[in-house]
Amino acid sequence: MENYNESRNETWREELRKSKTAKERNNIERVEMPQLDPAYRITCNEEVNQGINAEQAVLEATRCLDCPNPQCVTGCPVGINIPKFIKNIERGEFAQAAATLKETSSLPAVCGRVCPQEKQCESKCIRLKMKQPAVAIGYLERFAADWQRNNTKQEVPPMKEPNGIKVAVIGSGPSGLSFAGDMAKQGFDVTVFEALHEIGGVLKYGIPEFRLPNSIVDYEIDGLRMMGVKFEKDVLVGKTITYDDLHEQGFKGVFVGSGAGFPRFMDIPGENLIGVMSSNEYLTRINLMSAGRGGDTPVMQGETIAVIGGGNTAMDSTRTALRMGAKRVILVYRRSEEEMPARREEVGHAKEEGVEFMTLHNPIEYIGDEKGHIKAMRIQRMVLGEPDASGRRSPVPVEGAIEEIPVDIVIVAVGVSPNQLVPRSIGRLDVSRRNTIVVNEETMQSNIGDLYAGGDIVRGGATVILAMGDGRRAAQNMAMQLLGK
Amino acid sequence: MNKIVSKERFSENVTKLVVEAPLIAKARRAGHFVIVRCGEKGERIPLTIADSDPAAGTITLVIQAVGDSTRKICALEPGEFLTDVVGPLGQATRIENYGTVLCCGGGVGVAPLLPIIKAMKAAGNRVVSVLAGRSKDLIILEDEVRASSDEVIIMTDDGSYGNKGLVTVGVEEVIKREKVDKVVTIGPAIMMKFVSLLTKKYDVPTEASLNAIMVDGTGMCGACRVTVGGKTRFVCVEGPEFDAHEIDFDELLMRLKM
Repeated sequence: MENYNESRNETWREELRKSKTAKERNNIERVEMPQLDPAYRITCNEEVNQGINAEQAVLEATRCLDCPNPQCVTGCPVGINIPKFIKNIERGEFAQAAATLKETSSLPAVCGRVCPQEKQCESKCIRLKMKQPAVAIGYLERFAADWQRNNTKQEVPPMKEPNGIKVAVIGSGPSGLSFAGDMAKQGFDVTVFEALHEIGGVLKYGIPEFRLPNSIVDYEIDGLRMMGVKFEKDVLVGKTITYDDLHEQGFKGVFVGSGAGFPRFMDIPGENLIGVMSSNEYLTRINLMSAGRGGDTPVMQGETIAVIGGGNTAMDSTRTALRMGAKRVILVYRRSEEEMPARREEVGHAKEEGVEFMTLHNPIEYIGDEKGHIKAMRIQRMVLGEPDASGRRSPVPVEGAIEEIPVDIVIVAVGVSPNQLVPRSIGRLDVSRRNTIVVNEETMQSNIGDLYAGGDIVRGGATVILAMGDGRRAAQNMAMQLLGK
Repeated sequence: MNKIVSKERFSENVTKLVVEAPLIAKARRAGHFVIVRCGEKGERIPLTIADSDPAAGTITLVIQAVGDSTRKICALEPGEFLTDVVGPLGQATRIENYGTVLCCGGGVGVAPLLPIIKAMKAAGNRVVSVLAGRSKDLIILEDEVRASSDEVIIMTDDGSYGNKGLVTVGVEEVIKREKVDKVVTIGPAIMMKFVSLLTKKYDVPTEASLNAIMVDGTGMCGACRVTVGGKTRFVCVEGPEFDAHEIDFDELLMRLKM
């Protein structure tokens, strides 16, 4: 773990701390994220959160007490030196703030947008203990990364001399990109293999542009290219080339970050009717293939669209449906709003935009017309019973409380399972019953010594930042192994 | 980017392209398919591989123009490029020495059937091939099929070539005449449905290769789901071949209309 106090003891930090009293800092209110008007934003695909300006950022940074034992850093899976970047913003050194982010995060502009900071760094902020809102670390992270992108030329971060050792990355999502960036910095010769025709994985096919514009993902990928990372599209490791082929090509280490792209369905009657699809299919058609926005790929349209689920992907699907012109979008979730795994911010955005929430309801059957197209869903009302294994109160059906609602399209967003394609192609690899790759949680190393893995292929279904943290840990450990340290 | 090496027009709507794809040419087995994309805004289209030449680093695709995207692909000329080709995808055909194998292809389905015919022959099977099409000009790859089959029966709907009648007539004739140990069928879903009903009647194990709608082709979207033996399966990663007698063809036919 980094020594966060070293930077804290620098003269400028001490002076900056003394420049304002704690009371003065405490009296500043947390900044509000400027947003596009809901009525306007559902007519387009523009980014909803507009980002805070420099003045707001400096003021928000002033709220940070630069405390001696900062807990925020313990909540960050990639270990960003949070006080250091925030204090650089406070003193107006935005480029240094951005450079601080880049020391440990390969994708700061992405994390500043999609990380659940309220559950991570911000949840540990000392100001919460003082019954005040946490410092808006996420907004500040985004500000610093955006400022750098908009005001400076992209530069290569400090890198070690090339060591000539080739490493391969399978999958170009957040864990793979994070791993690639860290290994390149350490001097390794990194090649990323991607099965799709676009680099970025879930950042491209999954997360919509109104939350994470593609141009931002591409900028970060360009940064990795400048660091010497090579990208090979349309290569499915396990099919196009094998793990053994990688060895023959001289790769000394392999990182698998192939994600959890296998959609789950509920196995209820009518689920294979036309018009019932996974959120992966719906979002991939629109986000990756530009369906309905000039792409050749079609996507089904409808007036009434129901989305099943309560996670971020469910929210993304509802809000995408509105933007595709649906008149009525209904979110169906079997527990109550409190148990929803989605970020509060996303839930709020969906509501502002007019998504109807049917919580404590669960679909039990889809009904089709004579052509096999869905026309209605039968939904069962639920109540919350005893807590289950996850600690959340589990939903129990209310007998007889079944309702039929006409719908044109149903999008099933009840989670994903690990994609078995890559793990299954490597015979000796230790794979769990849930089809995740089994790794040592400290080192991310699998039972095959030179194969490491991270992200959803290990976790089953998690967040961008946890995937990035895995990539980072795998890089540290693989580098030590390959350099014989 | 994958270069088109050569092109041949089989009929008005059916075109053969030989495409540079060295890694796929080396890795593919009978039954595999690829996903191709034509143009930066192009759709991802699944196409079964008809042949490959690992030495030349090429694969052969036979494409039927049915929509805008397939028309665009068919319009490509030698020297031009497909934007993306990824594969080989899906599970390869299980090739064994079954005894007598009846390979039954309809229309453009004969193209993906050809590598299976070759592999079944090479594995020591007696191979009887039944090729079907609406009319003479829609019977493709006849010479190539003959080269690897012990016997070839041609069926046309209008009787313009071979025997007049549907493919099932030819299949039934063979099954009645001799012991058939395995049937492999590739063609329009409706044809495969009737072949499957027929071979079920005679209790001959049958594999059908399905042409479901797909987006990514790697198990990510689930658009290709099909019910086999009462369970939902993904054609892209678990198929494209399934036990024909277990496939819910009516659901497949319905979903293909989406």
